[in-house]
Amino acid sequence: MDKAVANTPRSSPKWRYRALGVLGELLVTVGLVLALFVPWKLWWTDVEAHQNAQNELRVFDEEAEAAAGVPATETIDASEQRTDAAPVPTSTSGEVFATLWVPRWGPDYRVPVAEGIDLLSVLNLGFAGHYPETSKLGQVGNFVLAAHRVSHGAAFRDVDTLVSGDALVVQTPEAWYVYTVTGSEIVQPTETRVLASVPGDIDASPTMSVMTLTTCHPRLSTRERFVVYSTLSWWAPRSAGWPPGVEAH
Amino acid sequence: MYTALWRRLPGRTWVRILLVAILVALVVYALFTWVFPLIDQHMAVLERDVRIG
Repeated sequence: MDKAVANTPRSSPKWRYRALGVLGELLVTVGLVLALFVPWKLWWTDVEAHQNAQNELRVFDEEAEAAAGVPATETIDASEQRTDAAPVPTSTSGEVFATLWVPRWGPDYRVPVAEGIDLLSVLNLGFAGHYPETSKLGQVGNFVLAAHRVSHGAAFRDVDTLVSGDALVVQTPEAWYVYTVTGSEIVQPTETRVLASVPGDIDASPTMSVMTLTTCHPRLSTRERFVVYSTLSWWAPRSAGWPPGVEAH
Repeated sequence: MYTALWRRLPGRTWVRILLVAILVALVVYALFTWVFPLIDQHMAVLERDVRIG
């Protein structure tokens, strides 16, 4: 020990100074590790979730084609747009049962939609999640989705760019569901009325199929929620082709 | 601490620099793969309402 100290020109012979030095290095190390958390959260989780979502979309397309065949590539015309009762798909917790296209965010913007809003098994994987206690897709009632606004793929990053009249297109292996945005609002996290079958009115009984998107607001914060409302305009079997604004692959 | 580590590394200066780079990469990999996801779970403010960020 003494020899080692003597051989090191700059270290103090007193153990106290050496202990202080080690403590300083530990603190610097902790600082660096904490600083690394930021790029992990804001960049790496996006990379991972995006990759995972793309893989899920590929699997979804393969399974849909195996079940229902390759859809026609032409745009669905008005005569094929149906307004009668839409098919209601079943889904189990964590399962990717649909995909959501948002033409406003680009003709190829697409995110997997899974059952449940669990962070680790749904939302952090880059999916939009369906609140299990809300109506099912296509049912009369309120089909509510949640997704990240920032990090983990940030599927609803640009939610504030949606305006009334924009199309939101949900795709299952069997059918297309084309919703039209009717409005948006910013609410407190405790305002569960947005999840009601008639959004905003807990006591009303629903007569329409609506879809509600929820995400965090403002970006990088969980203080409020950004909520977008839409109503089902029409649906069509997937074999009919592709809805306007959605890019055929 | 780091001085002691540097002294224990074998080889010439460039070999040591290479070894340090490999060690740093391993530490960052471990942080990204296991440590940060674990910390993140405990940081997430979860409420059973219109949650999610």
